[in-house]
Amino acid sequence: MSKRGLGLFVSAIMLTMLALTGCGGGAKAPEESKAVESSAEQKSEEAKTEESKQAKEKIVVGYAQVGAESDWRTANTESFKSTFVPENGYELIFNDAQQKQENQIKAIRDFIQQEVDYIVLAPVVETGWDTVLQEAKDAGIPVILSDRMIKTSDDSLYTALVCGDFIKEGETAGHWLEDYIKLKGKNHDEKINIVTLQGTIGASAQVGRTDGFANILAKNSNWNMLAKQTGEFTQSKGQEVMESFLKQFDDIDVVVAENDNMAFGAIDAIKAAGKTCGPEGEITVISYDAVKAAFDAMIAGDLNASIECSPLHGPRVAEIIQKLEKGETVEKIQYVDESYFDTSMDLEKIKSERAY
Amino acid sequence: MRNKIKNIDNKAFLLYMTIVLFIIMYSIGIIMFGNKGFQKPQVFLNLFISNAGLIVIATGMTMVIISGGIDISVGSFVALTCMVLAWMMEKGNMNAVSSIIVIMLMGLVFGLVQGILIAYLNIQPFIVTLAGMFFARGMTAIISQEMISIKNETFLAWANNKITIPLFGIVNKKGVTVYPYIYPTVIAALIILVIMFILLKYTKFGRSVYAVGGNEQSALLLGLNVKSIKLKVYILNGLLCSIGGFLFCLNTCAGFVEQAKGFEMEAIAGSVIGGTLLTGGVGNVFGSLFGVLIKGTIEAFVSFQGTLSSWWTKIIIATILAFFIVLQSILAMSKKEQK
Repeated sequence: MSKRGLGLFVSAIMLTMLALTGCGGGAKAPEESKAVESSAEQKSEEAKTEESKQAKEKIVVGYAQVGAESDWRTANTESFKSTFVPENGYELIFNDAQQKQENQIKAIRDFIQQEVDYIVLAPVVETGWDTVLQEAKDAGIPVILSDRMIKTSDDSLYTALVCGDFIKEGETAGHWLEDYIKLKGKNHDEKINIVTLQGTIGASAQVGRTDGFANILAKNSNWNMLAKQTGEFTQSKGQEVMESFLKQFDDIDVVVAENDNMAFGAIDAIKAAGKTCGPEGEITVISYDAVKAAFDAMIAGDLNASIECSPLHGPRVAEIIQKLEKGETVEKIQYVDESYFDTSMDLEKIKSERAY
Repeated sequence: MRNKIKNIDNKAFLLYMTIVLFIIMYSIGIIMFGNKGFQKPQVFLNLFISNAGLIVIATGMTMVIISGGIDISVGSFVALTCMVLAWMMEKGNMNAVSSIIVIMLMGLVFGLVQGILIAYLNIQPFIVTLAGMFFARGMTAIISQEMISIKNETFLAWANNKITIPLFGIVNKKGVTVYPYIYPTVIAALIILVIMFILLKYTKFGRSVYAVGGNEQSALLLGLNVKSIKLKVYILNGLLCSIGGFLFCLNTCAGFVEQAKGFEMEAIAGSVIGGTLLTGGVGNVFGSLFGVLIKGTIEAFVSFQGTLSSWWTKIIIATILAFFIVLQSILAMSKKEQK
């Protein structure tokens, strides 16, 4: 009995497998039958060459994405998926690495075997790319980096980098504050006391934004930077640091938070201390990134302005690819266009139109 | 006697199933993605290049499971290995060879401690290695929360030492002739696999491991020193983990606290798909190799398909895993009935 049971089971498996292979083979069957029919042979061959021509015309792009850890990242993915569509002459092969470098390395190796025309890489980490990028180079496939830089001894391993200009973002924040103070009609000599909630020290966003803002600070003699401390890009740490700032100083005019989340924490701390913030309040709050929640905070009147960190890298990468296709040289580092948003704008409308 | 033959057939059956499944899946890949280059020899070689570390880890895991135990600390330990390697070479200015000797010693000690706790204090392997898992991940973060990249020239020379096979060159559409290639990691992984196969199959130690895992009581009655065998299994596994970690590190060239997360589960899945019984006593390291290759093939599928979410890999692995576990238990049941 048991023997028969086993036999039955085995045959069931075999059947499943047959079915599986049958499914797989189904795709090829028409092709094969065409090849067998002598009369149709020529036709099918013609069709084939035509097909391959079409395939050749399309530019195949492999995108090794970090993952889907934030709204920013998802918007970045969408930007690529909507840019590299067949209508624009592209075929996009997308790979989500789930935040693992080893997955990205695997994906790049697969892209090389698929003979993609271009590889776009948003590196999870900065190092460890030399080996696999050398493989891409050996196969003659240009690599374009998106969002983050890599550390490598050989610059020729990548063709271009598309990223946000963090220094410019910092300067934009400074310029916005200059204009805002003018608009408020404050006396030019009046002291403006500023505190900064920095990002994770050493992160490129932190360094760029701090430096950019400092450039504008240096031009305004009446601006006084009371303190700078890291809030590590998190809401809870931002709140904590802001609480200690409020205890230390009783005349803070402006808070610069190097991302939206820390600004939300700071707003909570300000409210808890019995002070007010936003366009109608005592303390002006500026942040970076401009995620959806930042729009909500501006609409609620808690946040004054948020400087955009655009995830829409797709069009810029497409531009680079078009240039490379024509044989032109491209600049090694290219920045995406970024702007800012403040409470003087029609935020509801912008928010509904934005991708992230 | 007849029953015995039947049993062997059952064991071999699981292995054959795995190999057949791999061949079928790979053929499906060639049929479905032939126009995208799935049939190239390099795609097959990439399975080994990308999974060299995992093959070694899965080999060790198979031995541990055969002995009736489990080790879930391997993923964290790989991260620790990479971090210690990176730290020693970059911050400690040690040379590559001595750094590797240190991590191998570290693997032996790690295995020794876990082995003593499991074999001599009779603590559940799951609990001991769970503690090991937390410890290793924690230590990795203590050494450095920042990523340390390896710039040691000897190490990078090893990592970038592409071995080109001057056969089956393919001219790609950019007009570049690309020859198939492997890295030294692949050869190292395969050598270890063969050594482990011989060790488990043809030595007294290997047969004792099967005996202990199959039935501890009978092994004791046979006069085997069960405790000492178990201890040796964990020590050897510690060594294999450090070697696997080293091979993994050659692929990424960095130490980072988030590395190799979930590696232990991939190794266990590879072993089980490869025909290793979680109850112990049955298994074959070559099966585990194919288990790992099946995982790699599914990843290649998802990557070649191009629009699927990469999380499908996990779902397909889950399905195959469930299938093999059901198969195992049916085989086990039929074995009992025969008795």
